[in-house]
Amino acid sequence: MGHPENAREFTRDIERTHWHDQALWFVREKRDRAARSVPEWEELRDQAARIKWHTMAHLDRYLEQFEANAKAKGIQVHWAKDAEAHNRIVLRILQDHQVTRLVKSKSMLTEECGLNPVLEQNGIEVVDTDLGERIVQLRHEHPSHIVLPAIHLKKEDVSDTFHEHLHTEKGNNDPTYLTRAARAHLREKFLAAEAGLTGVNFGISETGGVVVCTNEGNADLGAGLPRLHIASMGIEKMLPRLQDLAVFTRLLARSATGQPITSYTSHFHGPVEGGEMHIILVDNGRSTLLGDPTYRKALHCIRCGACINTCPVYRRSGGHSYGYTIPGPIGSTLGAFKDRKANRTLPYASTLCGSCTCVCPAQIDLHQQLYDHRQEIVKAGLLDRKKETTLNLAGWLFKHPKLLELGGKVLRKLVPRLPRPLVYNRFNPWGEARELPEMPAKSFKELYRERKGRQP
Amino acid sequence: MSAKETILQNIRANKPTEAAPLPELDFEPLTFDDLAKQLGEMVQAVGGQLLALNGKAEVAAKINELYPDASRVVCNVPDCGLSGDDGCKAERPHDLASVELAVVQGEFAVAENGAVWVKNPRNRHRALYFLAENIVLVVDKTQIVPTMHQAYERVRFDEPGYGLFISGPSKTADIEQSLVIGAHGPKSGYVFLV
Repeated sequence: MGHPENAREFTRDIERTHWHDQALWFVREKRDRAARSVPEWEELRDQAARIKWHTMAHLDRYLEQFEANAKAKGIQVHWAKDAEAHNRIVLRILQDHQVTRLVKSKSMLTEECGLNPVLEQNGIEVVDTDLGERIVQLRHEHPSHIVLPAIHLKKEDVSDTFHEHLHTEKGNNDPTYLTRAARAHLREKFLAAEAGLTGVNFGISETGGVVVCTNEGNADLGAGLPRLHIASMGIEKMLPRLQDLAVFTRLLARSATGQPITSYTSHFHGPVEGGEMHIILVDNGRSTLLGDPTYRKALHCIRCGACINTCPVYRRSGGHSYGYTIPGPIGSTLGAFKDRKANRTLPYASTLCGSCTCVCPAQIDLHQQLYDHRQEIVKAGLLDRKKETTLNLAGWLFKHPKLLELGGKVLRKLVPRLPRPLVYNRFNPWGEARELPEMPAKSFKELYRERKGRQP
Repeated sequence: MSAKETILQNIRANKPTEAAPLPELDFEPLTFDDLAKQLGEMVQAVGGQLLALNGKAEVAAKINELYPDASRVVCNVPDCGLSGDDGCKAERPHDLASVELAVVQGEFAVAENGAVWVKNPRNRHRALYFLAENIVLVVDKTQIVPTMHQAYERVRFDEPGYGLFISGPSKTADIEQSLVIGAHGPKSGYVFLV
């Protein structure tokens, strides 16, 4: 199943589709207000892109320096070529410490690697501690958004889920009540955990530490209570200097949720007293992406989700319809690069309006990348048959302007007189949820010729 | 070949070769006429509250007024006579789970976002900042910077350790975008300027 089929499922409930659209638009508007409150916003984006570009051009050096500095601070550093290697390393560290209870804070990287099932199969309890992540974990779902994992759910859904698993009052949909219940439930999990695993927002090469940004404080409790802290980090999260964090912390939360900064911006530079800290540097296809001049800028992504919130297709089709760990424009380009065949519908889940590119704090050319993916999908013969036939037909028609003109003339007269079933049927999927515009009297070409005659 | 070597070799073969100098800050960041006023507005915007006191001597009285029933108060602000318990006597951070109020020394505050930099090498348990039900950050009123650019000029990590920016109490909007103050960490957050 590709994006169109999944999206069709999602949009069956029209009211819910509108609700989802509005919820995301609300976040997008908050982002706009936050960005406008900073006069140097565009300069910041420009700086961010240049810092990332520089870092990618010297990534080997910065990673080696990072490792040396982290080790000097008593942190153990591991390298993982792919998802499987990452999961193996996590499992080994946990087994070495006889860990049976792990608390995890939101980490899209461990989602990407499929870590949870591996640990669970080995008898380790994994508790996702971000509220949204915990909700989807209890429901055996995946996050539908990278920053707002449960954005697809209504409070009634959360209430039902918590009633079932946390024994909250049935029908009590008050977000504060539900959040407090989760707090109590997760506090127990935090206190009982033997290890904490976090993602990483930024790795600092010059100091050998990692920075994690959260609003809830879950990453910090998970890393600060147990003796063992594992931080899983994609190699593209590297930044050269502490000073560079100024640029990125100013951009991240404003782009993500419209907050001036996250509640907590934690800088981990060593284990807790008597404990151990491990950092796993994960490649999993990133160094290959680095080698592609068309798509490498996708590595600049700081996972703020701004492109997702603004995307008219995401807002109306939901995160699960993408069928990839990361939804929205950034996920569509990353997914199509990773596996073009499996994710061949994703670059088409876009109107190419370019809004994603405009809001991206790291200036990733997202809509251009999606457009480029489409070219390659067509060349590889992966395009949907119906689409391909239609496009071929259109291409042929455009090559015959006389015929196009004649055809236009006839249809403009004919279509309004045709009985409805002849226009709106299974051969016109465009018309399923839309009305054709009124037929104009004259074509653009005709209007152009007339005006050209009039003007000097 | 080790995983490290494989990854590094792949990066070396693939990385862009165009010249890409590390940029220095080449623009003037945001400034504010009244740093304390801006800070106060931002702390409020992030769900906290800022109070300007006349010196450290007033801290204890203010705490007693705001949290008269707090049964367990931990304070690591030197010389404010509030509590003999600075949280460091606890062998495990878990022993701090019942802390109702943590009064914590902040190094400086950031006007643009209400964040306070906390990095106290003498604080034994990082989890204190998150286990406490409520938190009060005490900052010297002369220690306010306008933006994160000036903030990071003051942040250093020459030694192993932990430091963080705290901006307001913990919060979440994961249920239908409704903001709830008090997710896993403190349910209220004050900044005292002294």
